[in-house]
Amino acid sequence: MSCSRMENKILGYVDGRLKESERLEVEKHLATCAACRLRVNEFRAVSSLLDELPVIEPSPAFDLRVHARVAALPVKQSWWAWFPAPRVAIAAAMLLLATVWVGTRPNPAPQIAQDDIPVLENLDVLSNFDVLTELPQPVQADDGGQANPQM
Amino acid sequence: MARSDVQLMLDVKAGDEQSFTLLLHRYRTPLVNFLYRMVRNREQAEDLAQEVFLRVYKAREDYVPSAKFTTWLFRIATNLALNSVRDTRYQRMEISLDAPVTVDAEEGDEKTLDVAEKNPNIEQHLVEETRKKMIRHAIEKLPEKQRAAVLLHKYQELDYGEISKILQCSESALKSLLFRAYETLRVELAPLVAQHGK
Ligand SMILES: [Zn+2]
Repeated sequence: MSCSRMENKILGYVDGRLKESERLEVEKHLATCAACRLRVNEFRAVSSLLDELPVIEPSPAFDLRVHARVAALPVKQSWWAWFPAPRVAIAAAMLLLATVWVGTRPNPAPQIAQDDIPVLENLDVLSNFDVLTELPQPVQADDGGQANPQM
Repeated sequence: MARSDVQLMLDVKAGDEQSFTLLLHRYRTPLVNFLYRMVRNREQAEDLAQEVFLRVYKAREDYVPSAKFTTWLFRIATNLALNSVRDTRYQRMEISLDAPVTVDAEEGDEKTLDVAEKNPNIEQHLVEETRKKMIRHAIEKLPEKQRAAVLLHKYQELDYGEISKILQCSESALKSLLFRAYETLRVELAPLVAQHGK
C-alpha cells in the first residue's frame, strides 16, 4: 500500500474502526514507513488531546425552555392551513397593484406592474401567519411606488 | 430495559409526552456540547439545541424509523449549526470593521486572569488553562464542515456511515475531511503533540 492510500485509513486505525484485513494491511505498511508511523503517533496524540476538552452542562432552565416552546406551538397544523397564506399574498399584491395604478402617474405603463411581480412573488414565499396580522403593511409600499418612478 | 430512541420516538408519535422528556434528557447534553463547539457561543448553542428538540417534536406525526434516531437528530443540529455559523460570520465581518476586539472571546478566556489571581498555584493553573484554550481554539479554527466531522466522530462516536449521512457526503469524502482536519490539528497543536509521548 502507498502512503497516499494510507490517508483514508490512518484515523480508522488509530481508533480501531478498521476491518481486520485493513488493519493488517496498514500494519504491513507501517512496518516499512517511518513517515506514516510518525503520523499514526501524532494522530493518536491529537485524539487524546481532544479528550481533554471539558463537557459543559445545559443551563438549569434548558428543559423548561424546550417545554415552553413546545407548548407555544399551534395546536393543530393541517395541510390546508397553509392555503390562506398565498391568498393573503395575492390580496396584498392586488392592493399594491391597485395603488400603483391609482397612483399619481396619469398614464401608468403596464411594465410597472410586470416589474413589480418578482417582488410580490417573494412576498408570497415569505408570507406566513404573521403576515395575516399585518395585512395592511404591504400598502406602505405605496410610498416606495411613488418615490421610485424609474419606469 | 431502557427503551430505544426509535421506540421513544414512536411513543411520542402516539401522543406520549413523557417519552419526549426522556429523549430530551438523553440528548440535551450531547447536543448542547456539539452546538457549543460549532457556534462558539453558549447561549446561542442552547437556543439552537432547543430548536432541534422543537423540530423533533413538530415532526413526530410524520416520523418513520428509517434511519437511526441519532443520525436524524444530529442532521437537524448540524444544518442549524452550519447556517448559524455562516450567518454569524457575515455579521462578524460587519462588526469587525468597527470593533475589532473580543468578538471571539468566550467564557473561559475572560476568567483566566481572574482565577489565576486568586489561585495560589498560579503557574500550574495557567499551564492547564492555556493548554485547554489551545485545544479549543484549534478545533474552532477548523473549517466548519471539518469541525462538524471531528465533533461527530470524536465525541458522539457515530460511525462513518451515520456521519456521512449527517454531512450529506460520501464515506470517502468524510474520511478525507477527517484526515485533513487531523493534519491541521497536529500542526496547530504541535507543542502539545510533541509533549504527548513523553
Ligand atoms: Zn507511508
